[in-house]
Amino acid sequence: MSTAGLTLAEKFLSAKVGRDVRSGEIVISPVDLAYVQDGTGPLTFRQMEKMGIAKAMNPKRAVVFIDHASPPPRKELAQDHVYLREFAARTGMVLHDIGDGVCHQVAFEKYVRPWDVVIGADSHTVMGGAMGAFATGMGSTDVGVAIGLGKTWLRVPETLRFEVSGELPRGVMSKDLILRVLGDIRSDGATYMSMEWGGSGIERMPMHERMTLSNMAIEGGGKCGPIASDEETRRYLVSHGRGEEWRPSAPDPDAAYARVFDYDGAGLEPVVATPGSEDNIVSVTDPSLRDVPIHEVYVGACTNGRFEDIAAFAKAVRGKSKAPHTRVIVTPASKEAYVLTLKSGHLETLLEFGAMINSPGCGACPGVHGGIPGDGENVLSTQNRNYKGRMGNPNAFVYLGSPLTAAATAMYGVITDPRTVV
Amino acid sequence: MGRAWKFGDNISTDLISAGRYYHLRSNLPELAKHTLEDARPEFAANVKAGDFVVGGSNFGKGSSREHAPVVIKMCGVRAVMAKSFARIFYRNAINNGLAAIVCDTDGIEEGDEIEVDFSRSVVQDRTNGKQFSFPPLPPVMEAIMAEGGLAEYIARHGDLTIRA
Repeated sequence: MSTAGLTLAEKFLSAKVGRDVRSGEIVISPVDLAYVQDGTGPLTFRQMEKMGIAKAMNPKRAVVFIDHASPPPRKELAQDHVYLREFAARTGMVLHDIGDGVCHQVAFEKYVRPWDVVIGADSHTVMGGAMGAFATGMGSTDVGVAIGLGKTWLRVPETLRFEVSGELPRGVMSKDLILRVLGDIRSDGATYMSMEWGGSGIERMPMHERMTLSNMAIEGGGKCGPIASDEETRRYLVSHGRGEEWRPSAPDPDAAYARVFDYDGAGLEPVVATPGSEDNIVSVTDPSLRDVPIHEVYVGACTNGRFEDIAAFAKAVRGKSKAPHTRVIVTPASKEAYVLTLKSGHLETLLEFGAMINSPGCGACPGVHGGIPGDGENVLSTQNRNYKGRMGNPNAFVYLGSPLTAAATAMYGVITDPRTVV
Repeated sequence: MGRAWKFGDNISTDLISAGRYYHLRSNLPELAKHTLEDARPEFAANVKAGDFVVGGSNFGKGSSREHAPVVIKMCGVRAVMAKSFARIFYRNAINNGLAAIVCDTDGIEEGDEIEVDFSRSVVQDRTNGKQFSFPPLPPVMEAIMAEGGLAEYIARHGDLTIRA
């Protein structure tokens, strides 16, 4: 048995299981928070009925989010919502109905606590890692077991440590950092592993930027994307009226990492992922992008639909007009983000710029509604995935970038270096 | 014996079960008609019971949608083989009793006749005579697979008491 220290993932699971566990071990762990969304929840609940466990072990910590088809664009989806509401009422589960926002964002604002084990029926559940939690996505049936029985089985993951120094330069956001990392490790570089973030660059990074890093751990194949809980975590919780839930965490200094990657934040530049895969990374200044007309800019999703993301976009475009051939769709990731955008005056800026605003939720990202592109059209989106068909049309092309890159691109109608506008 | 349907690397769950068919997720027989449509449009209409889906690396990457392995299984596919699988897809496949075999698929060509001996953990390509062994499942997944899936396991045992 190794005597090396523990990584964050090992620490969180050890605390939950009640003994020191190491990467490679298979454990049965209690689950502190389990949730589903409207695309995965109906199957979860049908499976729970089949299993004979149509109940919630801890109903106050079992949540249903209606976010992917919100409000429903088709009667079939409306019927799924009817079933979700009925099941939630019957079992006492918490319900977040249409307009409340994307599951991961609302879960982060209200439910995810430091040291929690969080299981969600959606792959971007990994965003909870930014709270200093063990948060991972699973399929409908696994989450049904977590809701019904309050536990799950897990293989304790090995860890890749991403050590970030320096401050991101003007015009560069954490989205550019995670895209650069994905370009380096590729979309299966962290398969089955924990992507742990740390270093002076992370310590001074605000929570909303950390969340983008943890959110895209799954794009590297990662099982989780934890960040130590620190003073910034405390600030976030206090600002959400949850200061008493704060607990610090840190990996052991001699933790055993499968590999450590060093990144100098100050040396980063804005980048985009070109269509087909999130690891096709090029600089925003790449000549190949110059002749690509962008028909739609989408600002939203759990990746970058927070108030600070929308505010960064709005500040960059204030007093300007969008490119005539470019549609601009902004979808706040939560009601909180929407209200803050309204109160800050950015909503007016966005509308005057020529953007349209959709109600909080996943919006255009998963291809259900809210901005499906046409054949041959190009989209620049702040979301996390650009696979063929992702936004609802296999004949459209999706580029991924930061909210600031989205702002510069919306102004000029081609992918544009945000450092020229901020 | 079944036919190999060959796919490349990084087959995402969006390619397996596209978001534009979101409204069919509670109508699985209809959803299954669109299985792998954006990767190979002819697949769902022509796949036969007992055939094999053969991918490259990182098969099933992306979302947690359990519908992806469910519709592949509903098409009659005997097993999915790949050099590597994305984590959630792999777990979902086993949870639904769909065999997911990790082996070197470079040696398997489109249309090859494949046979799998699960008791010996061996894949045989009858077309080119090649043979590949694959690692057994960890005990926890073996126990789930033996019951035909996680729902069946829990229905029978009433609890998640799998020996870790």
